[in-house]
Amino acid sequence: MTDVSENAIPENAIPENAVAEHAPGPIAERPTGRFARALDSDLAWRFRRSPLTVVAALVTVSMILAALLAPWIAPHNPHDPASLNLMNGFTPPMTANAFTGAEFLLGTDDQGRDVFSAILYGLRISLFVGFAAVGLAMLIGVTLGLIAGYVGGWPDTVIMRVADVQLTFPAILIAMLIFGVAKGFTPPELRNEMAIWVLILSIGLSDWVQFARTVRAAAMVEAKKDYVAAARLVGRSKAAIMLRHVAPNAMGPVLVIATISLALAIIAEATLSFLGVGAPPTQPSLGTLIRIGQRFLFSGEWWILLFPSLTLLVLALAVNLLGDWLRDALNPKLR
Amino acid sequence: MRAILLGAAAAIALTALDAEAGTLRWARTGEALTLDPHSQNEGPTTTFLHQIYETLILADMTGAFVEGLAVNWGPLEEDPNVWRFDLRQGVAFHDGTPFTAADAAFSIMRAKSEASNFRELLGSVVEARVVDDHTLDLVTDGPNPILPANLTNIFMVSEAWARANDVVDVHNFAAGEDSFAARNVNGTGPYVLVSRDPDSRSVLRLNEDYWGIGEFPLDVTEIIFTPIQNPATRVAALLSGEVDFIQDVPVQDLDRIANTDGLVLGTTAQNRTIFFGLNVADEDLASDNVEGRNPFADRRVREAMNIAINREAIRQVVMRGQSQPTGVIMPPFVNGWTEELDAFPPVDLDRARALMAEAGFADGFSTRLDCPNDRYINDEAICQAVVGMFGQIGINVTLDARPRAQHFPLLANLETDFYMLGWGVPTYDSEYIFNFLVHTRDDGFGSWNATRYSNPELDAKIRSLSSNIDLEARDADIAAIWEVVQAETIYLPVHHQVLNWAFSDRIDTIVDPEDQVLFKYFVMAD
Repeated sequence: MTDVSENAIPENAIPENAVAEHAPGPIAERPTGRFARALDSDLAWRFRRSPLTVVAALVTVSMILAALLAPWIAPHNPHDPASLNLMNGFTPPMTANAFTGAEFLLGTDDQGRDVFSAILYGLRISLFVGFAAVGLAMLIGVTLGLIAGYVGGWPDTVIMRVADVQLTFPAILIAMLIFGVAKGFTPPELRNEMAIWVLILSIGLSDWVQFARTVRAAAMVEAKKDYVAAARLVGRSKAAIMLRHVAPNAMGPVLVIATISLALAIIAEATLSFLGVGAPPTQPSLGTLIRIGQRFLFSGEWWILLFPSLTLLVLALAVNLLGDWLRDALNPKLR
Repeated sequence: MRAILLGAAAAIALTALDAEAGTLRWARTGEALTLDPHSQNEGPTTTFLHQIYETLILADMTGAFVEGLAVNWGPLEEDPNVWRFDLRQGVAFHDGTPFTAADAAFSIMRAKSEASNFRELLGSVVEARVVDDHTLDLVTDGPNPILPANLTNIFMVSEAWARANDVVDVHNFAAGEDSFAARNVNGTGPYVLVSRDPDSRSVLRLNEDYWGIGEFPLDVTEIIFTPIQNPATRVAALLSGEVDFIQDVPVQDLDRIANTDGLVLGTTAQNRTIFFGLNVADEDLASDNVEGRNPFADRRVREAMNIAINREAIRQVVMRGQSQPTGVIMPPFVNGWTEELDAFPPVDLDRARALMAEAGFADGFSTRLDCPNDRYINDEAICQAVVGMFGQIGINVTLDARPRAQHFPLLANLETDFYMLGWGVPTYDSEYIFNFLVHTRDDGFGSWNATRYSNPELDAKIRSLSSNIDLEARDADIAAIWEVVQAETIYLPVHHQVLNWAFSDRIDTIVDPEDQVLFKYFVMAD
């Protein structure tokens, strides 16, 4: 059984051969540890060779860390309205407030919320919604794509026609539709607590099509390969073949799409919150902060808008660059 | 020859300019909720309808009562319970039918009907009697000295039109109904509705057969109305010359507008007070985490909340100085207002916490605040600010901010326990506040009172106001009623709004303290 599963990674064997052309040392001296082998892989080599990608990865990782550690890094908890002092409102960055004398690194917003803390906590919400929504989209997309590609027949037709219909609408419109319907069903007293989950659901459901299409195409190719035929000969069930043999080989492109989708999901969340249908005002995400900030654009309080926007821009750009690089790195045609 | 040619060219150029010059592009936060003139007694709705429909008596932009569709009015000498109105002759509705006393009587009774939002204003009227084609008698259940003040927002509709289109019944907005009258109009006013695309763009054009041509400036010949909810976008539209006139000017942009060439900022103290209402009577609330008890029913909790609000901070930061903090839900223009009532309590968090503990809520409780986000100046920001202030005395408030088209039905259907409301008093008399906001919600009274407060003794006193002709005794009653309202703390007052209009310097107008725009008075330079 295991020897058949080994077949599931023949693709990885090709890059290893390819490494030979530009690898620094002779093949004989290759390290053996799992981590060391990963560091020595083609992917790692390509990563080190692209400074832009290294920077993008560093930025992404540090933003994720900042979000995770927000309660310890942030000077204030912006989600606790009782801790705010309204008189601190509209304090410019690094300047003492006229009434209270308090100083804030990136200034405060209209409610006296420290912008720096609000960004850290906002990042948490934005990243959490992004990851969870992509996870959901991936789960739905990969499952449906595998069924469509491997089983074929009427399930394929049904799934792909639904996907086609959904593709004719912009994802953000679908997300807004789902958000609106879900909000109608949640009881008013739970609405604020549910808002984040509803956001995840609506972005996740609006984004599965990409995954399904890619996985379906990959599954159709893999299904005709010898190792699948071999697995079938040994008598493995359809579900087992799909999950253990076909799925792993269709995962490369899924990883690329997931990374790019993450950037899109973060932007979708920001868009929904910017439009006022996403995260509640007392628990602002980056989009909510931008929505609040743009009101003060004409009156000279630029910091309320600028810093959250910059954060969103840098985050989305970094994740996107990573995704782009991953797509190129995993595409054998571009070598 | 050459001079004549030049003159002709100039004349042509001028007429071309005239057509252009008469157009006024108007923007404010929100759209009229409905076009049915008796459905919603709500600022932006009545403001829009005032251009199309007319009232018997008009409050002009200074607040003075002037002739509308009535040219003369007064109580009959032989019977003080009857007010006689001489109606204007030769007035026609936009569809051409003449305006008669029968239409006026029909309109009054329609505005008094079940679904109307104007019933409180006509609570004392028992009968509208047609004397002849242009004379109307209103019979009241006792002498009512302030009846004219109650008629300035009662629009006149055509009886024939209402019957032909099956809109004798008033459009029930809170129930989410649709009706012909909610989408179509037929008034006698200075402007006719050309097109309306709700929430996007409405076009009004001068009524060529208007009775007031020659009497009013009527420089504005075309009005293009665009609701722009986002404050920054609204200001950008004005700064870029895309619109000529905006209401609901965001306080953070006042300096910028005042310092821009070609723009004028008009400022006045507004006839509108912002406050919070609480469900003070229900046994238990759906929106809190306290089982079997309504924390707002405890007067100590309400008092604690009242002294936890830092009104001065709201004025300085949220309103940037553009408000007047207050301790009463009555604007300063109104009969019954005193400085003592207006004084607001200083913030005292220690006493507030002590009161909470005394009421048995030492550990606080959580509840929900319903707030509009497109109605009052910085409404959502005020709500957010008080959420923090209530948090400091242990009340954990979740904020639910919605557009006003969804917020106001919550009050109408009693689906909120804690809400924001702003109230202006077009009649300039306390009775208007009591009728709508203090009287028990029952037949024809208290339609905007979502506090569930009910005090039969007080109700009787409120109802007796309309027929009390001894003005001194009446004022004493008003003071007594205010004393109860203040002692009970059923509302938590925040401030009186300061009103700002911003417009192109082509326009010359005064600012109406009730935020009521009457374009027929606008003067346009060209």
